[in-house]
Amino acid sequence: MNLLQLIWLELSHRKSQLISALIAITLGIGVIVGIKTITVFSERAVAIKLDNLGANILVLPQGAGMDDYYTADIDAPTIPEEYVETILTSTLSGVDNLSPKLTRRVTVNNRKIVLTGILPASEIASKPLWQNAGLFGNDIKASCAPSNDANKSHGYEDEKLQRKTVDTLSTNDCLLGFLAAKKLNVTESDRIEISGTTLNIKKILPETGTVDDDRIFAHLKTTQTILGIDNQISAIEIMGCCNAISDGLLSKLRNILPDTRITTIGQIVSTQIETNQMMDKLSLIFLIIILFVGGISIGNYMWANVNERKKEIGILRMIGAPKKYIYKLLLIKSAVLGIIGGILGYVLGTISGIYLGPVFAQIEVQPVYIYLLYSVLIAIGISIVGSIIPATMAAKIEPFSNMQEV
Amino acid sequence: MTLLKVEKIKKQYIHKDGIVDALNNINIEINNGDFITITGASGSGKTTLLLALAGLIRITHGQITFKDKRLDSASDKVLADFRNKHVGFVMQNFALIPYLTAIQNVMIPLSLSKISIKKQKTRAEAVLEIVGLENRQNHLPKELSAGQQQRIAIARALINRPSIILADEPTGNLDPALSIDILDSFKDISEKQGITILMVTHSPQAAEFGNRKIKLSDGKIVN
Repeated sequence: MNLLQLIWLELSHRKSQLISALIAITLGIGVIVGIKTITVFSERAVAIKLDNLGANILVLPQGAGMDDYYTADIDAPTIPEEYVETILTSTLSGVDNLSPKLTRRVTVNNRKIVLTGILPASEIASKPLWQNAGLFGNDIKASCAPSNDANKSHGYEDEKLQRKTVDTLSTNDCLLGFLAAKKLNVTESDRIEISGTTLNIKKILPETGTVDDDRIFAHLKTTQTILGIDNQISAIEIMGCCNAISDGLLSKLRNILPDTRITTIGQIVSTQIETNQMMDKLSLIFLIIILFVGGISIGNYMWANVNERKKEIGILRMIGAPKKYIYKLLLIKSAVLGIIGGILGYVLGTISGIYLGPVFAQIEVQPVYIYLLYSVLIAIGISIVGSIIPATMAAKIEPFSNMQEV
Repeated sequence: MTLLKVEKIKKQYIHKDGIVDALNNINIEINNGDFITITGASGSGKTTLLLALAGLIRITHGQITFKDKRLDSASDKVLADFRNKHVGFVMQNFALIPYLTAIQNVMIPLSLSKISIKKQKTRAEAVLEIVGLENRQNHLPKELSAGQQQRIAIARALINRPSIILADEPTGNLDPALSIDILDSFKDISEKQGITILMVTHSPQAAEFGNRKIKLSDGKIVN
């Protein structure tokens, strides 16, 4: 006979009490595992969708404002192109794609229009909307989202993320925004001349409803040559992981590029961060409720158990069990309850998540195995904390109840 | 040889009507192999004396010495260890744990001493044989008669090879025939194993089994 055997025999003896205590802790852990599991997969789904909105950080010249970025005035300040390399070699986490741009207003066919120099592969990756045009670029990597393979396995098969397209933009070619093409009255395969340089219109981009509709896109090097601004760019668009942004990515970028202005495209970032924060808060609220309710339930069970077992505890004290032994007996018992309740809660929560995820969040949910460890640890923690007062009370029980008179 | 020495002990309780002397100036010298019976009316202090000797309550004044070691000033941990290694208990209500089998109940004191389960089992089987219940070792207390339950309690008291057994009305719940059986067992244990027995009883017949008799009245020894 050892302590664990004694605990197990007592638990088996009072099966109905054991079941009611386990129901409380199992349901508590089950609810939180279910919510957390659905939340994790929901966050991933939201992250993919939010990332499809495009770049969310802008690196601008010091003193430049958003107006300069959009109006592309002739005297708008620039930054060295080498800053792209500075960022790439900095090993900053959370920077998933860079898109350097040089933007200036030029005259084409006597019409004022904005020319934007781009580096194709990165530009395409940060502009998922362009994918519908069937243009260049490799598979897109969504910044906060799992890889495409992961997406498939999680059931997020987004055709925008799978499409294969042309991956180069020749220095003699250009792309025209939907409105720009109309304004210039040109079609695909036509040619336009900008400051003495002739460019072939490779594609007319579909209407996006953004400033891009009114722009000409040419290779960055060609644009720099046309404008006579070698090795300079107007801005770097960055697709930053929303979690990394909230973890201080902006200040890290400011550290490595001190003479620039780092800003976020507010709406996108705030939507991403707010969405994630809302989900985190929801989980936290449930966790606090479960901790509170679970702790009280276990504490209540242990309190009732101690009262019912006063005589037994008295017997143990009488035959030589020190107070520490009684304390240990109760706390190990609560830990055993926590382990069983944690495992059952994980199973219940995971099954619930798998069945309820598609129904309530329209997402496919799979087991998150690390939650088994968390479930058991949280359940043990709840049980032990809830049992401290009853265990202390039990340790103070004197064996007088076994005597005839005092 | 003196096993337990009780010198001028007092135990006072604070009651709403004033201070109550549960034990008042008690002096006893208990030797190895004594079978001492303690009698007295209800409230005379019999059980309080037993509790004090077992280190289950703290006395207000005086000194209790077990083999030259002071018990009255010992820590809770030392007293728990003393009870586990040197004292066996037999109670009127048997004090068995209901969900443990006979052998498991007997093994419990050894489990506190971190003795291997194999050794615990061997010794428990041996003491169950002494009390004649080797065939009932896997029975729960509720499956045994009152007499058998008390024998299990005696087996549990013996398993640690104690120096002293403290018995509180051990025959209180038994019929006369079974009572004599249990009292004979105590006498046997005292005489053959040299274990000291201190037995609290209401019954004058049961008191006759002891080789020394103490009578308490209002917390004082009256004979």
